[in-house]
Amino acid sequence: MKGEIELYLETVITQGILRIKAAGELDMAVANSFRQQVEDMMNQAMANDIILNLQDVAFIDSSGLGVILGRYKRVSAMGGKMAIVAPQPQVRRILELSGIMKIIEEYSTDEAAIQAVKGGRTIA
Amino acid sequence: MSVADNVALARVMVAAFAAQEEMTLTDLEEIKVAVSEAVSNSIIHGYDNDPNGVVILTAKLVDHALEIVVEDRGKGIADIEQAIQPSFSTDPDRMGLGFAFMQSLMDDFTVESHVGEGTRVFMVRKVKLGASALVEASVTMGG
Repeated sequence: MKGEIELYLETVITQGILRIKAAGELDMAVANSFRQQVEDMMNQAMANDIILNLQDVAFIDSSGLGVILGRYKRVSAMGGKMAIVAPQPQVRRILELSGIMKIIEEYSTDEAAIQAVKGGRTIA
Repeated sequence: MSVADNVALARVMVAAFAAQEEMTLTDLEEIKVAVSEAVSNSIIHGYDNDPNGVVILTAKLVDHALEIVVEDRGKGIADIEQAIQPSFSTDPDRMGLGFAFMQSLMDDFTVESHVGEGTRVFMVRKVKLGASALVEASVTMGG
């Protein structure tokens, strides 16, 4: 689509969990890039759990939310977990308004999210 | 033009305009989301992402309120009641929340649409006004 922007994401695998840090504004201009990059990383990493750090995200609307929910559905279908880290107040407001915070936990740091995601896993 | 990065331009324009008056950061952030939803809907649904479509955004400060109108001449909405339901969406990822957010974040919200003619979204956010009332700004994004 004309005017689409490539979203810059930082990604790292930690203890089998895909950690993603986004920055900027998550709207329709970056939604396709956001979606594709996360899908590609999920495929490459073969990680079932995602921690999404939104500390540097200044704006989100339903386009950005839709990408998050779409990835949550995939994670959930594979038996994994998703956690959101440090959303700014205006971003949290939209996440809460959408109801997504009833199904995705929020943490203040990546480390806290990792502990929670790992803590829920059954160790065979 | 109805290009994706013009959505950010629309948000900035309205926020800058609204910030002339006594609005909280929360007010501005919520208005930005509502504008983003309306403009995105015009581009994605009104014009099916055709970059040549025209979206007209008008903001007006009058009588203790910020009035925003977002208009397009796209394909229109056949069933508005269905479209504004949060669960309704033609895009599996968008969740159909755009209209729900506009309703929740603005104090008044109406949609007029005619198939084949276009859609007009009218939104109002009540604010405290300073001395400089009755100011109007309009941006036409089109190719």
